[in-house]
Amino acid sequence: MRENTVLDVRHLRRAFPRPGGGELLVLDDVNLTLHKGEIVGLLGRSGSGKSTLLRLISGLAEPQGGEITYLGQKIDGPPAGIAMVFQGFALLPWLTVFENVQLGLEAQHIPAKEARARTLAAIDLIGLDGYESAYPRELSGGMRQRVGFARAMVVNPNILLMDEPFSALDVLTAENLRTDFLELWAEGQLPIQCVILVTHNIEEAVLMCDRVLLFSTNPGRVTGEIRIDLPHPRNRNDPRFGDLVDRIYVEMTAGRIARAEQQRAGLRAGIGMLLPRVSSNLISGLLETVAAEPFNGTADLPDIASDLQMEIDELFPVAETLELLRFARLEGGDIVLTEAGKRFAEAELDERKRMFRRRLLVHVPLAVLISRVLDERETHSAPKRRFLDELEDHMTPDAAEDTLRALIGWARFGELFAYDDETGMLSLENPS
Amino acid sequence: MRLLPPVSVEWNRLAPSRWSGTWLSPWDIAAALLVVGFVVLFALVSRNLVSPLASLPAEPSSLDPRLLPEYALRTSLRMLIAMGVSLLFTFTYATWAAKSPRMGPLLIALLDILQSVPILGFISITVVFFLSLTPGRMFGAELAAVFAIFTSQAWNMAFSFYQSLRTVPDELTEAGRVFGLSAWARFWRIETPFAMPSLIWNMMMSMSGGWFFVVAAEAISVGHTTIALPGIGSYIALAITERDMDAILWAIGAMLVVILIYDQLLFRPLVAWARRFRIDQQEGDDEPAPPWALLVLRRSKLMDRLALPFQTAMRWSYRQKPPALATPLPQGPSRRIASDVLWYGLLAVAAAAALWQGWLFFGHEISWHELQEVLLLAFFTFLRVAVLIALASAVWTPIGIYVGLRPRLTAIVQPIAQFLAAFPANLLFPVAVSLIVAFQLNPDIWLSPLMILGTQWYILFNVIAGASAIPRDFRDVAAGFQVRGLQWWRRIALPAVFPYYITGAITASGGSWNASIVAEIANWGDRTLEARGLGAYIADATTKGDYAHIALGIVVMAVVVTLVNRAFWRPLFRYAERKYRLA
Repeated sequence: MRENTVLDVRHLRRAFPRPGGGELLVLDDVNLTLHKGEIVGLLGRSGSGKSTLLRLISGLAEPQGGEITYLGQKIDGPPAGIAMVFQGFALLPWLTVFENVQLGLEAQHIPAKEARARTLAAIDLIGLDGYESAYPRELSGGMRQRVGFARAMVVNPNILLMDEPFSALDVLTAENLRTDFLELWAEGQLPIQCVILVTHNIEEAVLMCDRVLLFSTNPGRVTGEIRIDLPHPRNRNDPRFGDLVDRIYVEMTAGRIARAEQQRAGLRAGIGMLLPRVSSNLISGLLETVAAEPFNGTADLPDIASDLQMEIDELFPVAETLELLRFARLEGGDIVLTEAGKRFAEAELDERKRMFRRRLLVHVPLAVLISRVLDERETHSAPKRRFLDELEDHMTPDAAEDTLRALIGWARFGELFAYDDETGMLSLENPS
Repeated sequence: MRLLPPVSVEWNRLAPSRWSGTWLSPWDIAAALLVVGFVVLFALVSRNLVSPLASLPAEPSSLDPRLLPEYALRTSLRMLIAMGVSLLFTFTYATWAAKSPRMGPLLIALLDILQSVPILGFISITVVFFLSLTPGRMFGAELAAVFAIFTSQAWNMAFSFYQSLRTVPDELTEAGRVFGLSAWARFWRIETPFAMPSLIWNMMMSMSGGWFFVVAAEAISVGHTTIALPGIGSYIALAITERDMDAILWAIGAMLVVILIYDQLLFRPLVAWARRFRIDQQEGDDEPAPPWALLVLRRSKLMDRLALPFQTAMRWSYRQKPPALATPLPQGPSRRIASDVLWYGLLAVAAAAALWQGWLFFGHEISWHELQEVLLLAFFTFLRVAVLIALASAVWTPIGIYVGLRPRLTAIVQPIAQFLAAFPANLLFPVAVSLIVAFQLNPDIWLSPLMILGTQWYILFNVIAGASAIPRDFRDVAAGFQVRGLQWWRRIALPAVFPYYITGAITASGGSWNASIVAEIANWGDRTLEARGLGAYIADATTKGDYAHIALGIVVMAVVVTLVNRAFWRPLFRYAERKYRLA
């Protein structure tokens, strides 16, 4: 272990018991070493367990395997010296800015006078001067998150954990806050040793981090690590910046494809496939966009993400769905339309529905199962519960509900079967 | 006046829980048996205690209106003390239920059953016990009265607090833990403030409920035991016995004044103050001007000085290290199984003991024939409640919608409706009895409206709130597509207020059952009118001091009310929430 190691995560495992026995893996064999003076990014889609990892490090949850050592000590319970900035700010609405920032000091044995001085200093540092007596509801989102930062800084933490701290803010505000934070960090003004940043925004990761760990989903694993050596302040127009963003896209899609192949070959193929809840409008919209000028059927994912103002959390599920239905292929950070994809983009609504329906029946095992069951039953209808039960053998109840909901949405578009939410029945009949 | 949204009191109770799929969970059955056990136990104890006193020194014997200020003060103090006890109960019981995975389901099922036990039933079976605590002195009687008021206040407050504790946003709890707040500090700095707005709303509702039963709580008469504590309630009781109409009017006046003072000095400031604890609040939400009482308190230095030692003490307590208990040692699976077996075993034994005890008690005293008779009476009362709720709905829903769509009218009607809900129905008994006697009406039918006298307003003010919450867009759509007449009611107005209406109707129905004990028997001087029903049955048994029949009546009513809630209101409520609640 090196001298300046602050945090060491070894073979971390986090799992939940499954209702029917067995368990569901959320995090599997995660390793991470954090050194003084660095910002490490955890990048992945939702459901990749990166927020869970943050909660394990902060002592809010316990792992089922492996261990976390912080300054040579095993973590059990929230340790002093680790602070967190939350996605939803997590400010107490009934306390003023001052009282919110002071919260962490109150819990420690800090004399009132010193606590006051430190609170004021933190408020000052983070640019909240003059807002001390305001209530959070009076502040804009950006100012609220500044309070969140000040509250974390005031306890002089060794590690600052940031859980998607900018994702609830609008684009301009987020950029403003990032820049301010990086400036203070570069000048060494922040009383922190190192930072872990959870994000699903690739550009944000490249802008802020010294290292980025890429996470896969289901279960969360570290699939790669990318070092970012660009000097601060970083420039988004720097070609090296763009190269790094591209590289991350490539790695993230490549990892995904390899896993998907595995799934298909392995036992989890079939109805155990998780389906993302993507609306048919998004599917048609992305197909049309990629088919049209200037992309003409092949688009660079980072380009299209910035064109459409979509983050990977939004874009990847749509792209994956296109791939699942063989409307497109993901290759080296590009999305390439297949012949079918191009035809779909040009077709009229009825033809689109026909194509969509056919593809569901070929490529989505759950759709095949449901249509077969509905066909075989005399009433041509079956309760949703019947399929959820089957799905829950393979995934959590929440994921099962999401997957079935996703398919119901697609089936409605493709007019494959109908669903009545009141009765919870799937059926072949459509209202005439 | 801007009202809190009718964060439905019932929502707390009916919101989905772990057992949402089941109609009756094993916990319900265990809880019901335990309640039966307690009722029987108290009935047995009460019967065996010698009636300790015949009369008390301070019994009001005069209807001099000049006594009313003092009586009003005593009554409101009793209610305040009961409110304090209810808060204590809320903070402990509900917290225990929310934090203990093992006790939680049982405690909540118990609360649900307790809420269905008629409030006057609690009085009937516990008063002798309280009196025996301090024989020959006022204190026991005061305890009994406070306990009676407590039972009309505590349950919904505890439910609301429990529900809030279960819905504190994860991030807030996590922030508290990451920044090193102890469980004690988190409770007072995060969880309690979060629960505050709905708790205060429930406190207001509880206060109304308390007023409704104030006569019964202060003028208690069980068998040979008669107590009249100095207060507005016993003043009213005396006025009814002596057929003194002037005194009744004076009492109404006094009560009006007290309720207004409570509203101005306590609840308005509390509601305004509690706005700061609302988590969804944005700046620019139309904030009403703070009520004058709150302004005075905020601006005076006195309040700050008074609060300072308390605040300092709390701050000190936050800094204390939590006791070792707070971090339980991780238990091995075998130990957990062992303690589970022990716990469920104990519970099963207790439930079996309660069942056995109840069997012995009722088996001795009650014949099958009598049980059938009581069930028939319960059916009569059920019919009354059902018909009255249907009638009140038919009358108040259209009126509520009409009022709710007109903001100015709402501002006038809403506070009046809320005031009327607090108004004890006994005060109108004189009028009712005189009318029924004068016109020689059938009491089985014409006493019934008394049951809903105080509770129908819940339907009205909930519907008003629902109608005023109909989004502008909907009304524009209706206007733009010329949706009018029947179609407008069927497609827009009724669906939009439906969840609110259900909330009001559930409260009204529960309240009517409770009121049946007061309303199925009405006195005016020596005239007593009685309707056939379970409420009259309990009231009769109470007058006779017949504990076996009191207990039977209470148990049957609690069971019927619980079953009606489970079989009818709960599914309907869920349906309304799912289909018609505007997010």
